Amino acid sequence: MSGQSQVPAFNAWGVWAIYRFEMARALRTLWQSVATPVITTVLYFVVFGAAIGGRMGEVDSVSYGAFIVPGLIMMTLFMQSIFNASFGIYFPKFTGTIYELLSAPVSYLEILLAYVGAAATKSIVLGLIILVTASFFVPLQILHPVWMVAFLVLTAVTFSLFGFIIGIWAESFEHLQFIPMLIITPLTFLGGAFYSIDMLPPFWRTVTLFNPVVYLISGFRWSFFETSDVGIMASLIATLGFFFACLAVVWWMFKTGYKLKS
Amino acid sequence: MPPVLSISGLSKTYQGGFQALTDVDLEIEKGEIFALLGPNGAGKTTLISIVCGIVTATAGKVTVDGHDIQRDYRVARSKIGLVPQELTTDAFETVWDTVSFSRGLFGKAPDPAHIEATLKSLSLWDKRKEKIMNLSGGMKRRVLIAKALSHEPEILFLDEPSAGVDVDLRRDMWAQVRALRESGVTIILTTHYIEEAEEMADRIGVISQGKLVLAEQKETLMQRLGGKELTLQLQDPLSEIPAELGEWNLTLGDDGYALIYTFDANEERTGIPSLLRRISDLGIGFKDLNTRQRSLEEIFVSLVRNGA
Repeated sequence: MSGQSQVPAFNAWGVWAIYRFEMARALRTLWQSVATPVITTVLYFVVFGAAIGGRMGEVDSVSYGAFIVPGLIMMTLFMQSIFNASFGIYFPKFTGTIYELLSAPVSYLEILLAYVGAAATKSIVLGLIILVTASFFVPLQILHPVWMVAFLVLTAVTFSLFGFIIGIWAESFEHLQFIPMLIITPLTFLGGAFYSIDMLPPFWRTVTLFNPVVYLISGFRWSFFETSDVGIMASLIATLGFFFACLAVVWWMFKTGYKLKS
Repeated sequence: MPPVLSISGLSKTYQGGFQALTDVDLEIEKGEIFALLGPNGAGKTTLISIVCGIVTATAGKVTVDGHDIQRDYRVARSKIGLVPQELTTDAFETVWDTVSFSRGLFGKAPDPAHIEATLKSLSLWDKRKEKIMNLSGGMKRRVLIAKALSHEPEILFLDEPSAGVDVDLRRDMWAQVRALRESGVTIILTTHYIEEAEEMADRIGVISQGKLVLAEQKETLMQRLGGKELTLQLQDPLSEIPAELGEWNLTLGDDGYALIYTFDANEERTGIPSLLRRISDLGIGFKDLNTRQRSLEEIFVSLVRNGA
């Protein structure tokens, strides 16, 4: 048997195997994967859209119910991307099946592509489901659909990369929850998901500008309503900056075998 | 024919400072069954893990069929199948899915006929739709073997394949291993069961405290280090070995009723006739005598003890 000719430069079957495996896990837990974020979103609409939103009037000429939609989608996108990617790589470490991944002829780039691709796919699908769900509650318009898709995909991929980093770093299930709950959730709530930062006093508006989530939500909201807290290019640069920072960390982790190889 | 696996100067020191392997050199020929014996913590699993890409070596070089495991890792790894020591399997996947996953992971296009043949050869066909979590430990071990064989490897590593396995499965596995060797697959196994090595291996390596003490053909090893034992069953027990028998280096056994003499059967003079004459001169009566070859287990124990 001659192995050389049978081993292509890109292990497409390997990438597909991991991707399918990860997607199959989501399908096995379809109820949890889809129903939970949808119900949560509906509850947000009931609380913020109907109960509070009725007293809020419009924000930047957009009804409050519609205004919070991009923020809600982004919030789901952050959490689901991180959860899916971190769980995807942490679970084989936990069960010990990581040995198969490490001994297979797959490059680090291919591993990343498969895990991050699957995590991003799942969160993008969820984001779109929430978008459809929201359209039943509030009239929605998407003025820049190409930008909307670009921000959706870029954010899902970036936070999936971030989740992948957490999954490699984590040594317990508590670690998996630690960063999403203690860092991402507060930053999202303080990042303009439910309000425009123009509504804040000047001092807190300045402080908020140091929150990277502001740029992500603002850019995404701009693609819907053409209103934003910061310029669209600033949003794009911030998102790309986070993306490349995550890539650099992943590259270092693979290069050193950090918490993967002894 | 060049070796299918070549290891030279391989060393591994873990972060905590523990030196698991020290300057190991080893060559494995294509199509042989090589058994690596060693006590717990000797470095067997570390050696396998380095070859398979799971652990990074501190120093040394490993080639698989001429391909460097680091520079040319894709080709090298595609030739290897690994059955790990621990029963590390997915829980919620079905047998069919997890074996198909392994084939894809190793870069092979789907081949349901091959997966079917593999599952049937391991008596897993009836369980193909079962979730792995519902299988017994023995069945999980078979699943791990099926996963390792799913991509048609040229070298199969079996790390303690008999650990926690019942007698039937062990016999089945031995038959499977022999069949694989017949098809040209090289088998490298680590084991605690000396009888497994004695039964299966063409060549045996002994590793102790991270050093490869020896690697030899099984028959040569048995012949060279095996020696033979002459046991004399005495009529009356001895409390100690008489000084007049000192030159034979005898031992007493069976509460003084057995006098044991270890000798090299390949030597021209074994020392047996003179020993029997001296015993007769001393008036020590014996009612029976027999000789036997030293087992691999005794050789292994003495090697590890001396190497330690």
